[in-house]
This record gives sequence, C-alpha cells and structure tokens, in this order.
Amino acid sequence: MKYLLTLYAAPDAEPAPGTPEFDAMMGEYFSLDQRAGHIATFLSGEGLQGVETATTLRKRNGKVETMDGPFAETREHLGGFYLIDAPDLDAALRYAAEIPAARYGSVEVRPVMEY
Amino acid sequence: MPNEELSQVLRADRGRLLAALIARTGDFQRAEDALQEAAASALAHWGRSGVPDNPTAWLLRAGLRKAIDAFRRDRAASRHQAAMEVLAMEEAAEPDPQMIADERLRLIFTCCHPALEEKSRIALTLRSLCDLSTGQVAAVFLDSDTTMGQRLSRAKAKIAGAGIPFAIPGPEDWPERLNSVLTTVYLIYTAGYAQAPGAALCDEAIFLARLLHQLAPCQSEVEGCLALLLLTQARAAARISASGATQPPSRQDRSLWDHVALAEGLALLDQAVSRRAPGPFQIKAAIAALHSAKDGPDWPQIAALYQKLLDFEPTPVVRLNRAVALAEAGHPAVALESLADLAEPLADYQPFHAARADLLARTGETALAAKAYARAIAMAVSPADRAFLQARLQALR
Repeated sequence: MKYLLTLYAAPDAEPAPGTPEFDAMMGEYFSLDQRAGHIATFLSGEGLQGVETATTLRKRNGKVETMDGPFAETREHLGGFYLIDAPDLDAALRYAAEIPAARYGSVEVRPVMEY
Repeated sequence: MPNEELSQVLRADRGRLLAALIARTGDFQRAEDALQEAAASALAHWGRSGVPDNPTAWLLRAGLRKAIDAFRRDRAASRHQAAMEVLAMEEAAEPDPQMIADERLRLIFTCCHPALEEKSRIALTLRSLCDLSTGQVAAVFLDSDTTMGQRLSRAKAKIAGAGIPFAIPGPEDWPERLNSVLTTVYLIYTAGYAQAPGAALCDEAIFLARLLHQLAPCQSEVEGCLALLLLTQARAAARISASGATQPPSRQDRSLWDHVALAEGLALLDQAVSRRAPGPFQIKAAIAALHSAKDGPDWPQIAALYQKLLDFEPTPVVRLNRAVALAEAGHPAVALESLADLAEPLADYQPFHAARADLLARTGETALAAKAYARAIAMAVSPADRAFLQARLQALR
C-alpha cells in the first residue's frame, strides 16, 4: 500500500539553521532511506519552503481568490512529505517514527486512494 | 431448539469463527457479514433437518461459502481471485474449527490497534471477541444503538482503509501493542467495576485476560494483567459495606473475599515477577496484592511501587496515588505538597478532591478539608462513594 507521510512542526520547535543540532537533524533526514529502507520503499519526498512563501487559492463563482499564507492558521505547519510503499500501517508507522519531524512536531500517515 | 443452540454456539465460538473468517478473507466487514449470513442459514437448515453434530464446523463451512458468494457478487471479483481459491479449497476440505489455527490473538491485536480511538478499541473488542450485540456495547457507553453502530462501522472501515494488519505484531512493536491490548481489557474491567461489583463486563474482561494468557503464554505483562483483575475481583463482594459505603481493602470483611481468585492472582503475580521483565500491569498487580495483605497494607512499599510505575506511566493519576500511599506511610505533609501541581490537571477528577480532603484533614487543615470533601461529594458518581465521604466529613466536626 502507498502512504503519504506529511510532516508538521512549529518552526521554532526545530533546531535553527547553522547550529550543530540542525546539521545533526539534516543528517538524519539524509540517512533516512539507509535506516528505514528495509521497512518501506521510498517513492518520493520533498521539503517545503517556509509558510511565509505560501499562497492559498480558491475559486468562488468562477472568480479566483488568492490569499497570503497557508489555508489553516495553525502553529504547526506542513513542512514536507514522503510518499512510501509499505506492506501495512504498522510498517508505515515504523518508517514515520524514523523521521526527525516526529520528534519536533508530528507526522500524519494517510493511505493513498487506489482507483 | 435450533435458535437456542445457535446462540449458545455463537456465544462460545463467535470470536474464533470471526477470526478464522477474517484471516481468510482479509476483511473485517466481509467476515462479519459472512458469519451473519451463515447464522441466518443455520437457523433455516437446523430447523428443517436438525442441529448438526458439530455446529461450529457447520457454521465455519457456511461462512466460507457465504464469503465466496460475496466475493463473486463483487464488481471487482477478479481482484479477489486468489482469496476465493483459498476459500474454496478450505471449504471443500470440511474444516473443523477445533483443528484449524486459533486466530483470536490476531483479532485482539487488530481490535486494540493504537491507530483506533480508545473507545472504538473497547467497543470492537467487546463486539468481536465477547459476542456482545451492538446494543449491548452501546449500553456500556450509554450510547444509542445507531451511534454505536456507526462507531463500529467507522472502526472497521479504518482497519480496511488504513491497512491495519490482521497480524500479531513483531518484536519491535510488541511491548507497545501488547500494552494497548491489556489496557483495553483493563478498561473493560473498570467499566464493569464502576457499574457494580461482579458486573457482567468484569467477567468479560477476565475472560479476555484468560484468553490472552492461553494464546500468549509466558508473557509477564499478560500474567500481571490477569493477576490484577483477579486480585481486584476477589475483593469485589466486600467492596461495599452493609451500610452501603465503599470500603478500602484494609477495612473489608475478609470472609467475603474470593480466596480461590486471590490465590490464583498471587500465584500468577509470582510467576510474572520471576520472569524479570517488569511492566506496569505487574506493578499494579503487586500493589493490589499488598492491599490484600493479612496484617494490613505495607504503605511504604506501595508508595515505592507507585514511584516505579511512574517510569512507565508518568501520569497525574499515578502521582496522586503515590501521594496517597505516602500519606498512609506517615508522610501526609510531603504528600499534600506533592498535590500542588496536580490541582489543575486533575480538577475534574473526583478522587483527587477526595484524596486532597483526606490529606488536609490529616495535616489539621480542617476548614479546607471540609471544603474539599464537599467538592468530592458533589462530584461522586456512586452512592457508596458519597456515603463514605459523608461519613469522613462528619468525622471532621
């Protein structure tokens, strides 16, 4: 089964760039496949730029409305995602537990719709 | 009477049949539907040609046939080709449920998966393994049948949709997943205990703990959980005095205790502790055992065990219990002090106010104690607890 893992964290909860803690965290992201590749298969994944760069769009009565910022005002922001192929939810959860964001924020695990 | 025969068979074997069908169809809802249909045709057949020699085997075979039929009716039947072939082969082999693998351990782990809401875990376990009807499960939570039916459907849909496996967890997930199962069993017990001592739900919880003990032997936490339930249940009949007030174990009439259950609980606890793999259920069982000691509870030891329990469950409730034990061990002032930062998290927890009232009374803060007793009495759910606290409040004056 395919699962989308979305990473949420409050920006101030994560180590700041330039600190040794930040480098250690990035090291963990880079070694994720090495550490967790036997649990599930990595299909794709990206980190996102900060929410200050986000624009939200919606269309109402044929008219496009754009807004500065993310759709929902929350403290924890979507920071990135992984798409993995895992045998079952237990494996997907184990993979998710290896992601540093699970420590600083949270990781939502959602099965992908199959058509 | 095929009707009575059928409900008797289902009461004894529903969990086993359901688990066998889930293992073979890979789908909770399909298995439940197949068993439901099998039961309906049992009523018709058994009424016409008599109850078969092995009714459970008959039901399993009928369930397998119904599951095959359902797969055939499915628009995406081709996707289930492999599953259908397995089912057809098994059906042809005239399976005997006593001879095939007991899949109920897998079923318990699925029903108690931490990805499900706690309430759904309890409901699904009672429905699937204890053969409670949806209406009976609804009654446990004072929900309507419709609401509970929807909750059960949602839980089954999540199991299928999210890919919760029908499997016994591997060693890396085992401690956490087992704890989730044991906690569910314990919550079923406490739900029964809150209703009335010896309520049917308490028996269901003990049935589940015994089943786990049988299916997963040599597990110290399973032994600890069963010991905890038996040690608590052993005192259930003495819990409320003749005047209708809750009695702490030290003041109970010991002749009312179930000494067989007590001895079994203590033996299980010894067995568990000898495995040298401590866990929260063993600690709670040890505390329950100390409460039953002949010459009164050993409070310093109980306080030490609560301290150890905090390593596993660092919750405000455990800290409250440790404070109570400390006070009983002769340190009421220290105990009262440790309650300070629990006032907020436990503001709506009745036992907190009852315990605080008692500690204030012991430290001579009579006016504050009276206020806290009044609060605890107002929040008390059971008349027995209220009667006990009323008496304590009276004794202050």
